[in-house]
Amino acid sequence: MALLQIAEPGMSAAPHQHRLAVGIDLGTTNSLVATVRSGMSVVLHDENGRALLPSVVRYHADGSTDVGYPAQAMQSSDPHNTIVSAKRFMGRGLRDLPGAGSMPYQFVDAPGMVQLKTVAGAKSPVEVSAEILKVLRDRAEKSMGGELVGAVITVPAYFDDAQRQATKDAARLAGLNVLRLLNEPTAAAVAYGLDNAAEGVYAVYDLGGGTFDISVLRLSKGVFEVLATNGDSALGGDDFDHRIYCWILEQAKLSGIKPQDARLLLTRAREAKEDLTAHPEVRITAVLSTGEMVDLTLGSEVFTEITRSLVNKTLVPSKKALRDAGLEVEDVKGVVMVGGATRMPQIQHAVGQFFRQEPLNNLDPDKVVALGAAIQANVLAGNRSGDDWLLLDVIPLSLGIETMGGLVEKIIQRNSTIPVARAQEFTTFKDGQTAMSIHVVQGERELVSDCRSLAKFELRGIPPMVAGGARIRVTFQVDADGLLSVSAREKSSGVEASVVVKPSYGLSDDEIANMLRTSQENARADMAARALREQQVEAGRLIEAIEAALHENGDRLLSAAERAEIDEGMASLRSALEGQDHLAIKEQTERLNHISETFAARRMDQSVQKALTGYKLEELEI
Amino acid sequence: MAVTLTEKAATHIKNFIAKRGKGVGLRLGVRTNGCSGMSYTLEFADELNDTDSQFESHGVKVLIDPKSLAYLDGTELDYAREGLNEGFKFNNPNVKNQCGCGESFGV
Repeated sequence: MALLQIAEPGMSAAPHQHRLAVGIDLGTTNSLVATVRSGMSVVLHDENGRALLPSVVRYHADGSTDVGYPAQAMQSSDPHNTIVSAKRFMGRGLRDLPGAGSMPYQFVDAPGMVQLKTVAGAKSPVEVSAEILKVLRDRAEKSMGGELVGAVITVPAYFDDAQRQATKDAARLAGLNVLRLLNEPTAAAVAYGLDNAAEGVYAVYDLGGGTFDISVLRLSKGVFEVLATNGDSALGGDDFDHRIYCWILEQAKLSGIKPQDARLLLTRAREAKEDLTAHPEVRITAVLSTGEMVDLTLGSEVFTEITRSLVNKTLVPSKKALRDAGLEVEDVKGVVMVGGATRMPQIQHAVGQFFRQEPLNNLDPDKVVALGAAIQANVLAGNRSGDDWLLLDVIPLSLGIETMGGLVEKIIQRNSTIPVARAQEFTTFKDGQTAMSIHVVQGERELVSDCRSLAKFELRGIPPMVAGGARIRVTFQVDADGLLSVSAREKSSGVEASVVVKPSYGLSDDEIANMLRTSQENARADMAARALREQQVEAGRLIEAIEAALHENGDRLLSAAERAEIDEGMASLRSALEGQDHLAIKEQTERLNHISETFAARRMDQSVQKALTGYKLEELEI
Repeated sequence: MAVTLTEKAATHIKNFIAKRGKGVGLRLGVRTNGCSGMSYTLEFADELNDTDSQFESHGVKVLIDPKSLAYLDGTELDYAREGLNEGFKFNNPNVKNQCGCGESFGV
């Protein structure tokens, strides 16, 4: 007999068509899987009732693997073949990994991403992550009694496109359909239901086993935008264990201890740290292999004292993140705590003091990211009715194309929610133009030279027409994963060209923030530059048109005096063009337009005459 | 005519409704689809319909439309755990046969 879950009103699934979806927190140290059961987000446990799966994979010579606790247990005895923290290598080349030399792995530099040499052959971080995901998928399918339709997988907010792509590849390798990648801080905020809370700014303080991340998010219209991220990739709960360990050595006057004793004391240190969350003091006892006895009592005050500098190390990035976002502490409406290390009372206290408010901590900080991802997966799999919100991502920088004079025409504005498609019509600049180069750029500035170039392609085979005659429709489309495709189509002939690009490729959040900042700082200068370029293009077009006309029939249609007047008008416009004053150019352009009006009228008359000559009135179809 | 909940099922339902933040009770129903002819529906109820039959079991309001009640009379809804999986189970005396998975049934 199948076990059923309670559905939302009217959303009961037909038999065998349950839309089972999970959220996965693919962490550096531990990974988790969660789902929504009868309307409630829950983390799924393994056969032993454990929620966490250590993100550790051990390879055997026959290609089989151990994942999780059994692999973790072998970490020190088989370091080459036991891969920990594969997440740090995702989408990274060897030169992106400054600390690679101190790790126990034999790295192989492969194009795009490093690989790790194991007894089972070279493994990419994508393959290692896929092993972890496979175990989680298996656990989910056993727990839910069916095949998954998809998963939402969380990634750090600062992950770039290569790292995100690597995460998706790992999921595909594990046989998971990725509904969406979700930023970890956003997932945590969703778990706390902040997406239904008041609009405003929220901070997510994430202190994990080995990494610290602070993110500043803004919620508006149901969309979380990551305003700034900061952190320390080498700071986490393990450092607190180490401080206690050093304190034990100091207090017990131990030195030169054996590795197995060091491991024992580190374990005792971790236990002491965990106990201090609930108790004011703990007793630490151990018998070392040398027969020496350790019997100490650690009080929370001493613990706070010896870890004060570590706590302060998290507040510096927090300050920086706020500064990058251009915000003050008072602007933050809520603080979400993520990561097991945030259970420590001194951290709760320091964060509360820094943000001047009680942080949100009633959900399990180890699970909060997975719980939020599950809620999102449930929505994306279609288990909630249509009027419910759908959390969307936004594009961080505007996307546009280059137009004449090196100006940017923005087609999709920044902060548009994705997926999105926008089209705009452009035309040819010159008579008989048969090709058009389409230059796709990203950024907020007015001039192409100040923006980031993403792609260039050409639309060929435009039928020759007068300038402005062709109608070229340029369509920008960004899919749910942030992939941009641009296509151009000439309407009368139907010729088409297109290109696919990754708009955020290789751009870090810092660079994005920097691009935004310079666009704001230079707004006025950019406006002037734009006005100048526009006038220059306009003037150039006019001069070119008049020159062509003069060449064709200027001698026949103009008297010497009229000709001289036009020549003089062109000369003054040309000299104005040499300057930077867009108003002067505008004035001279208008003047030349005025001077050449008679000439233009005569040309018009003449061409009408030419067209009509030789026809009888009745032959004309009017 | 009656439909009941086990105490365990009622505890879970109360918990789910509390977490969800709204809902007047639980709606059970039967739909004509699935490989053996019928299948169950199990949903949160946000409102009462005039024609609903109501049962109260361990403090949970159970709503059933009259058409479904004919097939569900005497059913006890239980909450069970099978391996890693857990969820609600219909113990329905009217069932004559069911498909392998038990998700659909015939009467």
